[in-house]
Amino acid sequence: MDKTKILLAHGSGGRLTHDLISKYLVQSLSNPLLNKLDDAAVFKTGGNMAFTTDSYVVSPIFFPGGNIGKLAVCGTVNDLSVMGAVPKYLSLSFIIEEGLDITVLEKIIQSIAAAAKEAGVEIVTGDTKVVNIGKADKIFINTAGVGFIPEELDISGSNAQPGDAVIVSGTMGDHGIAIMAQREGLNFKIAVESDCAPLNGLIADMLKACPRIHVMRDPTRGGLATTLNEIAAQSQVGIELDEESIPVKPAVGGACDALGLDPLYVANEGKLIAILPEEFAPKVLSAMKAHPYGVDSAVIGRVTAKNPSRVSIRTPLGALRILDMQSGELLPRIC
Amino acid sequence: MNFIEEFRNSQSGRTLLEYINKRSTKPARFMEFCGGHTVAIFRYGIRQLLPPHIEMLSGPGCPVCVTSTADLDKVIALSRLTEVIICSFGDLLRVPSSRQSLLEVRAEGADVRIVYSTMDALEIARQNPAKKVIFVGIGFETTAPTIAASVIQARNQGLDNYYVMSLHKITPPVMRAILDAGETRLSGIICPGHVSSITGSNAWEFIPKDYHLACAVSGFESLDILYCVKSLVDQVEDKTPRLDVSYSRAVKPEGNLAALKIMDEVFDICPANWRGIGILPESGLCLKPEFAAFDAEKNFEIKLSEPSRETPGCLCGEIIKGTRTPLECKLFSKVCTPENPVGPCMVSSEGTCAAYYHYGGKLG
Repeated sequence: MDKTKILLAHGSGGRLTHDLISKYLVQSLSNPLLNKLDDAAVFKTGGNMAFTTDSYVVSPIFFPGGNIGKLAVCGTVNDLSVMGAVPKYLSLSFIIEEGLDITVLEKIIQSIAAAAKEAGVEIVTGDTKVVNIGKADKIFINTAGVGFIPEELDISGSNAQPGDAVIVSGTMGDHGIAIMAQREGLNFKIAVESDCAPLNGLIADMLKACPRIHVMRDPTRGGLATTLNEIAAQSQVGIELDEESIPVKPAVGGACDALGLDPLYVANEGKLIAILPEEFAPKVLSAMKAHPYGVDSAVIGRVTAKNPSRVSIRTPLGALRILDMQSGELLPRIC
Repeated sequence: MNFIEEFRNSQSGRTLLEYINKRSTKPARFMEFCGGHTVAIFRYGIRQLLPPHIEMLSGPGCPVCVTSTADLDKVIALSRLTEVIICSFGDLLRVPSSRQSLLEVRAEGADVRIVYSTMDALEIARQNPAKKVIFVGIGFETTAPTIAASVIQARNQGLDNYYVMSLHKITPPVMRAILDAGETRLSGIICPGHVSSITGSNAWEFIPKDYHLACAVSGFESLDILYCVKSLVDQVEDKTPRLDVSYSRAVKPEGNLAALKIMDEVFDICPANWRGIGILPESGLCLKPEFAAFDAEKNFEIKLSEPSRETPGCLCGEIIKGTRTPLECKLFSKVCTPENPVGPCMVSSEGTCAAYYHYGGKLG
């Protein structure tokens, strides 16, 4: 008889594990490397390779605009892509809490398959563990990924130069607010979806417009403010933003007001920051606006030699103040 | 009308700033009572746009910051009882008491939970009938009505495992205490916005009447605050102190009568222990005798192993009164940071030290 819940035995390595892998995973994620079901995926490499990993523990596991599976693919794809890499292969590991509905797992796997297809990546290896009730929260996912970087690119958080323009690919804080609005105890309903999306297509278009992009990062946890502070420190430059030019959805701004948050510190999962020579900004911006994941792109500031390692923001009243890193806030798990 | 954008219009803001800079000739020192105002003033960058002879000082309006160490020690003692679940708003968990914070006690195994409303605490009580759930009620007139409502709901639903540790404080008495002490020479007060929506603006009439000081009730958008500063400047320049309200969309002269009624039904006015100020008569809210069954202080024996002590060097108590600023504190940003706070003024998102830390850095 088919089981309806995940049991400890599904992670034991025996028949149930085998069934789970062949019935749900291989069928949905099928590709020649995965289908071999060897202990490791074997493939040829050449040139510069990017390699990254991330674990996903978001709660709730389903949220408007996505779920933990889609997030696990997009997050790793984006980490590779912002380094200029063309993402290619991903690993996929589940840690599942005993008792999870198998239909829930199925939905998550379908999302993983859809996101991988959109991003043009293959899931080539993986693992499944099941832990006792209470030892995990429904499901945790780890993905690692590799991608290949064209020779001519040199993108890094330490490459920002005074005079560069700072661009974001859309509205800030959508993902974090979509998650918080869903949380138990926060009973407000707003029409904001997570922006969770694979950005490699957008990035390919940007690099076509300007291969000399100095820095790209996806502002996930800690939001725009924290990511820019990291870049300012890595590159030993100042970054000066213009508050009025930073795109924020009115609903996100309103929810942030109600919760005492600043959207510039709220997580994104489908947005990027690009820092590049100012003369290329118009061309890159129009390429970004032409892509579905970049329609709200905007130039939000510039890199300065003044105030190294500091991010500052020009307020609508005309004052210039520090935009600090996020510190010590009690936020829910958002990615 | 858009209730946010209308009050953030940058052109109107610049016009108000121009007026303030032209009109203000006399040195003036204004206190913003409320921590929310301190943060907003920093966020909009208002301080640096005012004439240099106008000084803005932060006041005691941060509920976490004014909670005394002695009261926190009692909460920590309660959290160590095995049958107890402590529920509280998030900020309080990180405030160090004499020895530990609630977060540290939680790491040692105490059941301490963050809730966003008292209704969540009631739900936890319902789901854990074998446990005793204590809600730590901190805050001013803004949060007190919701705690009162939870007590009434607990009574109506026959919940016998829900308790409130009432550390609530009311704001006009502390304003008077600061003005009576006269340690800070003030020219005007920006009165609290959310508190006034409950108490009514009439609660502040004593400021111009008894102390001849300028005052205005403000909201939290840039134009609310700038309008208030403009009003204070006008009052100072014309020597005509009065009560002005720039937040009439939320504040009525008589306040929120339904909220005041439910507070009156549940709470008596009692003395309260304010950090840095001490025990002030008639400045706190305790449960009325008929609600004694829900009063944590009356139903638990609170044993303190050692007397309470303040952290040496921490100036929170002085900063709350406006007699010192965070920059005068030797611990500020060196020993005491948001990641490793020594005093509550660095913990709370509305705390003066946290606001200085996040927004007050110097730029070249």
